[in-house]
Amino acid sequence: MSTVTDTAHGADSHDGHDDHHHHIPKGLMRWVLTTNHKDIGTLYLWFAFIMFLVGGAMAMVIRAELFQPGLQIVEPNFFNQMTTVHGLIMVFGAVMPAFTGLANWLIPMMIGAPDMALPRMNNWSFWILPFAFAILLGSLFVEGGGPAFGWTFYAPLSTTYSGDSTALFVFSVHIMGISSIMGAINVVVTIFNMRAPGMTYMKMPLFVWTWLITAFLLIAVMPVLAGVVTMVLTDKYFGTSFFDAAGGGDPVLFQHIFWFFGHPEVYIMILPAFGIISEIVPTFSRKRLFGYASMVYATASIALLSFIVWAHHMFTTGMPVVAEMFFMIATMIIAVPTGVKVFNWVATMWRGSISFEVPMLFAIAFIVLFTIGGLSGLMLAIVPVDFQYHDTYFVVAHFHYVLVTGAIFSIMAAVYFWLPKWTGRMFDIPLAKAHFWCSLVSVNLLFFPMHFVGLAGMPRRIPDYALQFADFNKWISIGGFAFGLSQLIFLVLVIKACRKQGDKVSSQVWDGANGLEWEIPSPAPYHTFETPPVIK
Amino acid sequence: MSDDKQAPLNRQSATSAPDDGVVQAPQNHGKTVAKLLMVVLGMFGFGFALVPLYDVFCDITGINGKPSDQAAVYESIDIDTSRVITVDFITRTNSGMPWEFTAQTKRVEIHPGEMSEVAFFVRNPTKRDIIAQAIPSISPGMAALYINKTECFCFKHQPLKAGDEALMPMNFYIDPQLPEDITFFTLQYTLYDITENADEAEVVAMNSSLRR
Repeated sequence: MSTVTDTAHGADSHDGHDDHHHHIPKGLMRWVLTTNHKDIGTLYLWFAFIMFLVGGAMAMVIRAELFQPGLQIVEPNFFNQMTTVHGLIMVFGAVMPAFTGLANWLIPMMIGAPDMALPRMNNWSFWILPFAFAILLGSLFVEGGGPAFGWTFYAPLSTTYSGDSTALFVFSVHIMGISSIMGAINVVVTIFNMRAPGMTYMKMPLFVWTWLITAFLLIAVMPVLAGVVTMVLTDKYFGTSFFDAAGGGDPVLFQHIFWFFGHPEVYIMILPAFGIISEIVPTFSRKRLFGYASMVYATASIALLSFIVWAHHMFTTGMPVVAEMFFMIATMIIAVPTGVKVFNWVATMWRGSISFEVPMLFAIAFIVLFTIGGLSGLMLAIVPVDFQYHDTYFVVAHFHYVLVTGAIFSIMAAVYFWLPKWTGRMFDIPLAKAHFWCSLVSVNLLFFPMHFVGLAGMPRRIPDYALQFADFNKWISIGGFAFGLSQLIFLVLVIKACRKQGDKVSSQVWDGANGLEWEIPSPAPYHTFETPPVIK
Repeated sequence: MSDDKQAPLNRQSATSAPDDGVVQAPQNHGKTVAKLLMVVLGMFGFGFALVPLYDVFCDITGINGKPSDQAAVYESIDIDTSRVITVDFITRTNSGMPWEFTAQTKRVEIHPGEMSEVAFFVRNPTKRDIIAQAIPSISPGMAALYINKTECFCFKHQPLKAGDEALMPMNFYIDPQLPEDITFFTLQYTLYDITENADEAEVVAMNSSLRR
């Protein structure tokens, strides 16, 4: 916890050889014992990438089964395990750790801090994650199979009708939650206490702002998730009746508690993306971000509103019309601050000197495709039509547009944007462009037709479907395989970059880049800002 | 490259201004962490507090369609003969519950304030003794606030020996305060097998009872 700057060495800490009093440890133990925010950021990002590939492999199983109507490759029970674990891994194993990894790498460099505030806790919060996912993936191999009740684990599916792997599922979610909470506490403490002198709140880069708000969301709702999985555990194994109507409970209560966590959770997965896009768009438009303050307020209002919209996931549970109206209107109000953000990004590009480097390509794709996902979200918010859309592929199309072309594209944009800063080398640009265009085309082939089959009535989470959906599903599956394979290009590219292949880059890397992280050398030295920079 | 005209942060280069005096305020991470941990604990508790809060909220608003599980006392109130309310009765058994369970009266048409008496038939066709619990659910949920049961089999556990059958009564009246727009509602009972969760004493009582 000692973060007091080492003044004796401060003077020469920025000229490229500041590891003279801290040797970078070598070998495996460097990574196990590390408390360095950059090492931990790297660990998080690699872990997220591996989980992205594992969860993606499960999606490939799903799409292979759905390539044709009828059952041909997997049993329905295994299919359900695939949809469940795919969701859990992508949410808790890919998107969230990737954002935490970016936070670790970037927040200290962006606010001029030498490290995260709580480096040892940082180490813990990463290293319990592999165990959580080992337990979750291991549950697939126990008798009766892994969790098959969907990532939302609705009672009574998860209490009365689930297998004994449920206990493993509950424990792994507990560990993931503890990891996220520790990570979030670390982010808040770092931002509150370790900003360089002069780095006032309203001077912080938007990525830092969005992460600060995200961290508060995590602190507020991850404990609720921990509570609800605990209730599932005791209902299943210890005879309580939280969700069992026979014992005086109510299964609908599960949905209320789950979505009280679940809706802020979806903003946890998108607010840091807003921050990333707000860094990239001004850089390649060579303008300052349009409406910085409104971006901050919009982010905060989205976060606050996220606590009062949870029941829009539950319109078909039989709510009174008054409640349906409330949740419908509250949900639609969220479109206002989100619209402010999209407007500001477009206004930032307006009359800018735009250049289309790879991070910018991903950022522009994000703005367009995330907006499509946002619009289908608005459609889902309308109570009368939600009765038709509920639990169809339309919902699947909606949340994949906001999470894949939203969150995942923003993470890729972030990796391309900051990778040269991390490695000191420019990545393979033709390969990166190939990755972008392959991903862009295939992801739309994958998710856009899902809108149509959903509106036509194809339910989600089923291994088989009516014949009239066959053609669309074939194309969706082809898009899915192509998108999956496209990510291997990304893997090759990142490995090449980590092996220090490519041209050396300057400290600013991109010529419109502004901010503290672009003023330190590339690659970023192991220790940065041991003496706080002065910001006027 | 270093043209910083648009830089939001106009800061001195760190190398040119070593600034040896540490400017950072003395940091008190412990305090911040403690506060955040309080929030974490508070929210964990809040998750559990949602359980009773939900019950209270539903009791007040009736949004989950659950009528009161306490017997009401019939007060001789004015019967509102200007309105006729149709009440449908639906029965179902939870999966794994082998009893036959039917409503003797499928539908009643009554005036608000008027007492109505209906009965439900149950039979235990299995070779084991079973204790059941019936859970009511009313749709639309708002109507749950206005149905007053003076007697209901759902208020207590229902034991039935192997092969036995019984008629279970339910007496109710509708509060004349029932909103004007509700003219029809459905009362559904779901029967659950709770033998495993029932008290030891209850099982013994069932075994020694001379119930039909």
